[in-house]
Order: sequence, then C-alpha cells, then structure tokens
Amino acid sequence: MTDGNIKFVQGNEACVEAALYAGLDFFAGYPITPSTEVAEHMSYRLPQIGGKFIQMEDEISSICAIIGASLTGHKVMTATSGPGFSLMQEGLGYAIMAEIPCVIVNVMRGGPSTGLPTAPSQGDVYQARWGAHGDHAIIALTASNHQDVFSITVDAFNMAETYRTPVILLFDEVIGHMRERLTIPEPGEIPVVGRLRTSVKAGIDYHPYLPREDGRLPMSDFGGQHRYNVTGLVHDMWGFPSNNPSVVHGLLRHLVDKIKNNVDTITRYKEYYLEDARTILISYGSSARSALHIVENRRARGERLGLLELQTIWPFPYGLVEEKCEKARHIVVVEMNMGQVLRAVKRAVHHPERVVLANRIDGVFITPTDIKNILRLIQGKGV
Amino acid sequence: MTDHSLLQEEGMYSGHVGCPGCGATVAMKFALRALGEKTMLVIPACCWAIVAGAHPQTSLKVPVLHTAFETAGAAASGLRAALDMQGDTDTTVVAWAGDGGTFDIGFQALSGAVERNEDFIYVCYDNEAYMNTGVQRSSSTPFGARTTTTPGRGWKQTRKKNIVEALAAHRIPYAATASIAYPDDLMRKFRKAAALKGGSRFIHVYATCPTGWRVPSEMCIKTARLAVQTRLFPLYEVEDGHRYTLNLDPDPPKPVRDYMAVQGRFKHLTDADYEQIQEMVDEDWGLLKRKIGAFGNPDAA
Repeated sequence: MTDGNIKFVQGNEACVEAALYAGLDFFAGYPITPSTEVAEHMSYRLPQIGGKFIQMEDEISSICAIIGASLTGHKVMTATSGPGFSLMQEGLGYAIMAEIPCVIVNVMRGGPSTGLPTAPSQGDVYQARWGAHGDHAIIALTASNHQDVFSITVDAFNMAETYRTPVILLFDEVIGHMRERLTIPEPGEIPVVGRLRTSVKAGIDYHPYLPREDGRLPMSDFGGQHRYNVTGLVHDMWGFPSNNPSVVHGLLRHLVDKIKNNVDTITRYKEYYLEDARTILISYGSSARSALHIVENRRARGERLGLLELQTIWPFPYGLVEEKCEKARHIVVVEMNMGQVLRAVKRAVHHPERVVLANRIDGVFITPTDIKNILRLIQGKGV
Repeated sequence: MTDHSLLQEEGMYSGHVGCPGCGATVAMKFALRALGEKTMLVIPACCWAIVAGAHPQTSLKVPVLHTAFETAGAAASGLRAALDMQGDTDTTVVAWAGDGGTFDIGFQALSGAVERNEDFIYVCYDNEAYMNTGVQRSSSTPFGARTTTTPGRGWKQTRKKNIVEALAAHRIPYAATASIAYPDDLMRKFRKAAALKGGSRFIHVYATCPTGWRVPSEMCIKTARLAVQTRLFPLYEVEDGHRYTLNLDPDPPKPVRDYMAVQGRFKHLTDADYEQIQEMVDEDWGLLKRKIGAFGNPDAA
C-alpha cells in the first residue's frame, strides 16, 4: 500500500472508486441531491480510464441506459435518491425480469416526494424491497463508513454478476456527503467477479435463460456471437415471450429462488460484543455509527450491550437475526424511519415483544443521546 | 400604451433567498408585474422551488403548487381543467420551470400538454444547467460550457436544444423568447400571452446565473443583454407555429466572444473554438431570418 491509496473523500466518491475497482466502465445518471457527486465524480473519472459517462434526461432513461450497456457486456451503475429511485422502479423491475446485472445506488433522503433533499433518512428500505411491481426478490446492501462503502460496493457488483440481477446500494445522506479516510485496496485484495460468459460457440443454439446446474446463467454479449431475445414479458429459456403456465411458474420461482436460496452467501454483517449481550442494538448505514458509539461507551462501564450491524438488508437475514438475538432480553432497532427494519426484526425473533425502536424521522441524524434515551426507558429509568 | 396599474403591482416581496444577481428572480418580478395577482404558479423542482422560500421568507404573493420535477406540464393541465370546471376562467395558470425541468425531465409532460393545447402559460426560465444541484449540464447547456458533469477537457460538445422551435412545431398559439435585459419586451410578451387565453403559450426567458456561469453578480443584466446583442439569443415570437416576428435585430451584431469571454464557464475556449461557435450562431441566425422571410407575420409592427 502506498500513501497514494489513502484518500479523504465523501462516501459518494468512495462508491465511485469502488465501482471502478470492481470493473465498472459505464455509468448513466441524472443529478439529484444527495447523490449528485456520484455522477460528477464519474464524469471526471470514467473518461480517464476510457469508460463512458452519460448524463441522461431523467432517471427513467438512466436505468434503461445501463440495462442496455450491461447486456452488451459492461459493468454498469446508476445513482439517484428518493424521487429518482421512484422513477427507476419500472426499469428496476425490467432488470429483475430480464436478469440483467446492474447496480443502483440510492443515497436516501427524507421523503415521501421531494421531502428533505439535503437531510438524512433511511425511509426507502421497503421501496427497495417492493418498489417494483409483481413477485420478485431483490438484493439491497448498505454500509456505515467509507471503507465499508468501498467493500460493499465491490460486493454489489460481484452479486449482480453472480446472480444476474440488479443490486441496490442503500446509502444515506450522511454517508454520501460525510468526508472520511478511505484506503483504496490494491488490485486483487478484494475479489472481483467477472461476467460469466457462455462457452457455447457461435452458430450453436444459446439459451440465455437456461440456468446451469449451479443456478447461474451464462451470458452472451448482446449483439455478439449469438442472436437472442430480451424482454420484460414472461419468457422461456430462449428469451421469447410465453404465457405457458408452467413457463410462467418456473420463471417466477427461478427469479425468487436464485436469491432466496443463497441468503447465507449474500448476507453481510458486522457484530460487536454480541456473545454475552443482554441488550442488542440492530442498526445499519449511518445510524450504526451512533449505535456503535453507545455500545463502546457502555461496554467500558461494564454494561452488557452489543451491536448487530446489518449490511445486507434484502434478502433479510432472518436466520442470522434470530440466532444472534436468541439470548437477548431487549432488542433495539436503530434506524431513521418509522420502523422498516424493525418490522423485519420482529418477524425474525422468538419474542417480538422484546423488540423496540430508537428512531428519528425529523431529518436530523440520529445521535447517541437519542439511543440513550430509549435505553433509559427500557431500564425503567425514565428519560 | 403602458398599463400603469399593472406596472405598480408587484407579485414578489422585497428580498428572496436566491443567489446575488439571480436572473431567474428578475424574470419572475417582471412576469408577475405583467400577469397580475390572479395568477397561480406551478413550480417543479428547480432553483425557484427554493427561491419561493419557506414561511415567513416566502418571496411570492401568488399561490404556488410546487410539484414533482417532471410534472409541470401535467400538474398545470389538471389545475387548469379543474378551475374551468369550477367556472374560474379569470385565473391565469402559469407553469414556471427551469431548463432541466423543461428541456429534459419535464419535456414529455410539456409536449403532452401543449399537444392537447392546454390553456396555460408555460415559462422556462433558462439558466443553462442544473444550478440548484450545483451546475450539472442540461440539454440547454450551450456548446463549449464547462459544468460539473462536463468537466475539464470534456466540456459540452453538443449544441443547446432549440426549445422554442420544438414548441412551435407543436403549432401552439404562442411561443416566444424573452430576456431579463429587455423588461419592456418581456412584460409585453407576458401580457400578450395572457391575452391569448384559450390555448398553450410558451415563453422562453433567458436568465443569467452568476453562480453557475461564473460572472460577477452585478454583470447579470449586462450578460443577458450581450446574449441578445451577439444574436446568440434572438428575441422573437412564433404564432400558431408559423407566423414569425423578430423583435430586435442587433445590426451590426457584437462578436459572440464578447458575450462568452466575460463568463468563467467558457474560460478554456480557444480562438478556434470561438470561431466554430461564431459559425454556429451565424448559422442559427441565418436559419431564423429565413423563417422570418418566408413566414414573417404580416401584421407585425
């Protein structure tokens, strides 16, 4: 490692550097606070490496441009925030249906609608899960510091390629705009998953939607050796539209199972002092910074407090949360929304009545004091 | 004849939260003077969504529907139709959007609305980039400009979209350009647009952005005037999509370099670039003159 690898950057820039590390060479986007720096930094960095940056006319176009580019064999990303993420939902559903690897960054801000453009929130957890219509599975990841933003962004690209699916990076305004030290890993330090291309030769029938035994679907660069069809309609293994009930059933099952059956592989988390913790904080993104601060302070005083920091939000790691919380007397979910991850945690644990919420929904970053107040209530000390 | 009663009517309070020297606020001040108090504004995401201000610093005396970025044309359509249902035909519905919300993300809603010939005035105050998010290029950004998404040697290499011609191609009753440096002409056009009630009217207002264009705030009006004097931004009107009227012919025109050289966003341009841009401006002007020659308004003064 050289000094040149150490940077003092915004989370948005850390995400860009990680995307380039993961092999991204195509970005299409549209300005929106608090994600704009991702596009700005891409417009500067991509031409340097011979990549392509396009500023589109809106977010609908942005996601559709990266879908097209991904099909031809490039690693692609777009970045946005709440209102833009809403506009992207149809394209997101298309990428799920047509199984196109891509990464969508949503730097969350206060909502709904125009909401609080410059203030933090974690209110898009369920939009990430269910924003696109129809039954589907989705991968959504997050991180609480810039080093983790870097590694989770590389992970996002790796998962997009592995499962041929869009992956959502759910950052928030604090992570996006805060400046922090980042050490860029040497090439090879973090594994990078490349595009899995078919070994089927030109002129031989290639099935773009026929999974291998391990469930992965090798791709063929669109417009290259094989002629095939891509559609948002329900399709068969050739990619041609079908309303044959068994094809419809099989495709939906495949789209959900390829992610559901790999929850353990997809799950990323960090844990602090969970072994003997009586009270467990569960948090993610920037909120986890305040949660960690409290946990470390209380541990120094001998209190049995621990933190489970989720980095994979979807598919929700129900098994992990159940296991880690088994012995806890109290579980406090720390997040900046009205209880979106709280809901999933309650479904995961044996004693949902032990799960409480420490949140802020006023556009102000949740502080250690906010969490402290909830802990006092739990301990019967009043606020 | 000048209508003094209207001129004394200010639609804006003194003071606003725009940047010093903001051309978009000058545009609003004159527009509301011309339109009067029976006006409703539909403002999508843009600088003016902020400038309109939080209570009690709000700068506007008229009602504002602050709508989603891509929806000015659609929201104004609904508002107008519902007012008509209630028998309110006096109120002028004005969509007031920046260039991003007009040329880019809002173009679909705008095109849809004017094809239906919705009865409102659509104003684009054009500061030639996404200024509210920190100066990213739009399809209104001119050839040669540096923005935060066309940085360094990657300055914008494509021409500005000609929005007035695109709107005129919809054959709407009235499409016009206006400049904050020519307030009499600007207010006349707003009054004319209001009088042409019954269909879609579009006014493209050139509005300097000292912050994004990197000019001193006191150069706001002068910069806008230079755009007209160099023929870069011609003042003209198109009625029913084919009757063209040129309002001002700067003859002889100043070289386009006089306008561009005062702005930081063009600082990197070379003599050869300026020559190319001058050719583009001459070509655009020649095209407009041919249209005026062929389709000039015989009734024009």
